[in-house]
Amino acid sequence: MNEVFGYAVWFVQVCLVVAMLNATVRLFIGPAAQDRVLAFDAMYLNGMLLLLVLGIRSRSTAYFDIALLIALFGFLGTMALARFLMRGEVIEP
Amino acid sequence: METLPLWVTIPGTVLLVFGGVMILAGSLGLLRFPDFFSRLHGPATTATGGAAAVLLTSMLCSAAIAGRPMFHELVIALLLLVTTPVTSIVMLQAAVYRNRARLSHDPPAADPRTGRST
Repeated sequence: MNEVFGYAVWFVQVCLVVAMLNATVRLFIGPAAQDRVLAFDAMYLNGMLLLLVLGIRSRSTAYFDIALLIALFGFLGTMALARFLMRGEVIEP
Repeated sequence: METLPLWVTIPGTVLLVFGGVMILAGSLGLLRFPDFFSRLHGPATTATGGAAAVLLTSMLCSAAIAGRPMFHELVIALLLLVTTPVTSIVMLQAAVYRNRARLSHDPPAADPRTGRST
């Protein structure tokens, strides 16, 4: 059963890489700025999941902290970018 | 590479395949939907279905490695659960405001200081 689990991990890794490629395409061709922000949001989410799958694959728990930090800072970045798109400034005087 | 017990691999395989399909569906939606407001649904699918599957499998796997129940991944799940709607709402507000400002030649109808329409 471990081999089948290995194939499933491989499948999820391929899916995540394809998802990141799709997000990259949307990041480049996105017609408006909010599309690019959305593509950035999807990219950090996929990168975080890719790190978690890497942790499953290498049977290690060390990747968890990095994934947590990526989730935290990705949220902050998306929030700041969306706020900037709406108001033209991130921190209001 | 140590071998994992059966109570990890069988639910893990099912969850990983399900999560991979959800992730692919979300990214295809992000790529192929026609306008921004429908494109917003794609990453939400990834953040709910795909992330839940991968986080549950990671929790099972780390519990099997450590030999005791591990709930560390619930922190990431909680964080995603809280932050995903917030980012969706903020991006939606920005898109509505920008569309309105682009379509009208008058000064924008929403007050940029508060983000609400006057």
